[in-house]
Amino acid sequence: MTDSATTPPRQPMAALPGGEVTEGGPMLAADGRPLKHSLNRALRREKLRAFLLVSPLLIFILVAFVAPIADMLFRSVENQIVSETLPRTVLALREDENLPEAAPGEPVYEALYTDLFIAAEYKTHTRLGSRLNYESTGLSSLFRGTGRDVGRFDTDIYTDQFIEAEPALEDPVAWSNWMADDDIRAALPQTADVWDAWVKLTVEANEDDPLEEDVEDFVYAALYRDLASGAAPAGFPDVDVSGFETVSIKALFEESDEDWVDPEVWQVIETYSPAYTDGYFLNSVDMMNGPDGGAEWRPEDEQIYLKLFWRTMWMSLAITVSCIVLGYPIAYLLSTLPLRSANVLMILVLLPFWTSLLVRTSAWKVLLQQQGVINDTLVWIGLVSDTNRLTLINNATGTMIAMTHILLPFMILPLYSVMKTIPPSYMRAAKSMGANDWTAFWRVFFPLSIPGIGAGSILAFILSIGYYITPEIVGGTSGVFISNRIAYHISSSLNWGLAAALGSILLALVLTLYWLYDRIVGIDNVKLGG
Amino acid sequence: MANGSSSEAFVEFERVQKSYDGEKLVVKDLNLSLPKGEFLTMLGPSGSGKTTCLMMLAGFETATHGEIRLDGKSINNIPPHKRGIGMVFQNYALFPHMTVGENLSFPLEVRKLGKSEREKKIARALDMVQMGEFKNRRPTQLSGGQQQRIALARALVFEPELVLMDEPLGALDKQLRETLQFEITELAHRLGITVVYVTHDQTEALTMSDRVAVFDDGRIQQLAPPDELYEKPQNSFVAQFIGENNTLDGVVEEIGPNSCLVRLDDGELIDALPVNVTDVGQRTRVSIRPERVESNIERLHPDAHTLPAVVQEFIYMGDTFRTRLKVAGHDDFVMKTRNAPDQPRLKPGQEIRIGWLPEDCRALDP
Repeated sequence: MTDSATTPPRQPMAALPGGEVTEGGPMLAADGRPLKHSLNRALRREKLRAFLLVSPLLIFILVAFVAPIADMLFRSVENQIVSETLPRTVLALREDENLPEAAPGEPVYEALYTDLFIAAEYKTHTRLGSRLNYESTGLSSLFRGTGRDVGRFDTDIYTDQFIEAEPALEDPVAWSNWMADDDIRAALPQTADVWDAWVKLTVEANEDDPLEEDVEDFVYAALYRDLASGAAPAGFPDVDVSGFETVSIKALFEESDEDWVDPEVWQVIETYSPAYTDGYFLNSVDMMNGPDGGAEWRPEDEQIYLKLFWRTMWMSLAITVSCIVLGYPIAYLLSTLPLRSANVLMILVLLPFWTSLLVRTSAWKVLLQQQGVINDTLVWIGLVSDTNRLTLINNATGTMIAMTHILLPFMILPLYSVMKTIPPSYMRAAKSMGANDWTAFWRVFFPLSIPGIGAGSILAFILSIGYYITPEIVGGTSGVFISNRIAYHISSSLNWGLAAALGSILLALVLTLYWLYDRIVGIDNVKLGG
Repeated sequence: MANGSSSEAFVEFERVQKSYDGEKLVVKDLNLSLPKGEFLTMLGPSGSGKTTCLMMLAGFETATHGEIRLDGKSINNIPPHKRGIGMVFQNYALFPHMTVGENLSFPLEVRKLGKSEREKKIARALDMVQMGEFKNRRPTQLSGGQQQRIALARALVFEPELVLMDEPLGALDKQLRETLQFEITELAHRLGITVVYVTHDQTEALTMSDRVAVFDDGRIQQLAPPDELYEKPQNSFVAQFIGENNTLDGVVEEIGPNSCLVRLDDGELIDALPVNVTDVGQRTRVSIRPERVESNIERLHPDAHTLPAVVQEFIYMGDTFRTRLKVAGHDDFVMKTRNAPDQPRLKPGQEIRIGWLPEDCRALDP
């Protein structure tokens, strides 16, 4: 070889496409309009078509998925029940200065009397009781009991005294005329407000004609308060109330249940009187709104949710790891086998998919219980003594075993589809360069299969973090997840607000993990197929 | 058939057979030996067993029977990674998760070479394929031709004495293929490495190789230097597979040491060179290259036999004319003539006579 021949002429391997050069300003199309504009117009029809094609599914998802979820998430902070059921009480509490040291003053009880009377007619007081019971036990029965008593409160002394002083005050038609007069309404604000509420109540709840009904005691009680504070509107019967016999409504409430003068009860009502609350979220992390208004830890024996969140996380992680450990070799085998045998094996992998989840989980119950197949076999072999059988179910072990089995296909499928795309020539190339089987696998095959591990892990982890049925059946008490608690609050305790808050935290957690994963591994590296 | 082994052989196949399913032999009785420094191409249609032979040599397939020797030692039971054979694949097989430099570093790392030595060898290998400045790129950022150069550098960086190439240029376009064909042969000769190259492209085989082994049906049909292969095909498969070829069937009428007379099926007599025929009365298939057909019969020996032909089609191809003729009942007989001033341009329907030198017409197996 001569020297000149040892250096063959250099030839560029591929011409790089030259950059498009524009002389400032946007590119123009043939008709002189901006090219972008023309392009958009040309694509509009396509886009519209695409949109119309997806719109049925889009609408379905919006109605059946997004809207309910948004509604549920909203429930985690929504708290209008207190201010809707006890509107006057909430207003009066704001004026009150006795809390938190002592029970509130008379005006609060007067407002509560009206509110509770109306709520009892609508039967909404029990719902409010249940709601406040989440925050402080005993409030449910307090509201239920007093709801029954409030109609029999001895406030009729005002009614009797007014009718004795002015018989016209008994006539609902006269009342309705007075209450149509704006001057009178302005002079008797409480009376007007309570009158309207009574009219509405009579029409809506009792379906009666207010012009034919006896006006309720609480209207006279309100009238007394208005007149006692010095109002004397023109056109309204002039009654001198200074000599009236009075009754303390606070005392009546105390008589009904002495908890009504407990400042702590009022503290709870006041804390949860705003329309929105962070109480559910605080509850979700084992905290609560303390008497001083700040967040504080719940008592040790009431703390459960942080523990459950933590357990859900680490168990999901453990399940994901065991899925990788069990699934990777299977996926590797599948990807190296000829297509025909791979398909047969693939059916075995997919078989669990075609079996009901409940059947599979129940099967694990049969296998894992103390008198079950696995324990029996171990005792028979002699590995375990009959008196010392393994506890494989109704604990974390049971959940781990059953969940790993159920989530395994979700790990194998992405792993397989990624491994399938790794050409066998890579391994051959590595071996031809002197790498032994392990080095070739570890340095070449494994790094290229990581996107499959990533996809499988995300899938398995996210599915497992929200799993409900399997932990419920095989988890006992030490193997249940946060989702079981959410289900409990949705269907048993009916504390939807707390369930929604727990759910929101779970959702946020998953999204955060997803984001972290994207930052660290990159979501582009995740392949579910092809 | 294949030539026997010599004492100088570097790579040797001896009575090698290979079957995948236990019923059919993919490679039937392969005997092949090549000396150090030779560039040997295995050429053949797909399914002819050429890639299987390469894979057996590389160690990715095991021979069902027979022995493969490398530098005098049997390598049947040596795993691929201990054979020290460089390999270039059709799809490049560059590791996409490593940079070009890391790809080249891989064979050196598994050989536990020190960092400075690795760097030196990588730089040298990259310069060898003129890809020095691409060390930190990812394979996916390179064009197909660039990738194959890197793959070549990677197969050479650990200085193997034998390099196997499995249709390395198959995925490239024509122009690039030609450039790389030249570069690969030049590099192989400069480094003095032995190359076994597999391709189904006959032009590639003819232009690159010292010798070509034509495979068909699990056997080597002919092992010869390119010119011999083209001009002296040993049988009708090789004649048809390599280059363009006209065939005519007939019976041997007279036979001598250097020429024979063949009576074609339509009764015409032609001169031919006996290659695979030995006896009078044998059926034979004669093969003539299109460029060896002579339409100006005055140039031939006065005793030469000629055939009548009718022009079917005349195609002007610039440097050559390609004339399709109807000869002895076949209308796909092709004659290629140089575009020379004295060369007539024939018209369809024109009746001419054609002939050839006896040694250009080879009487082969039927």
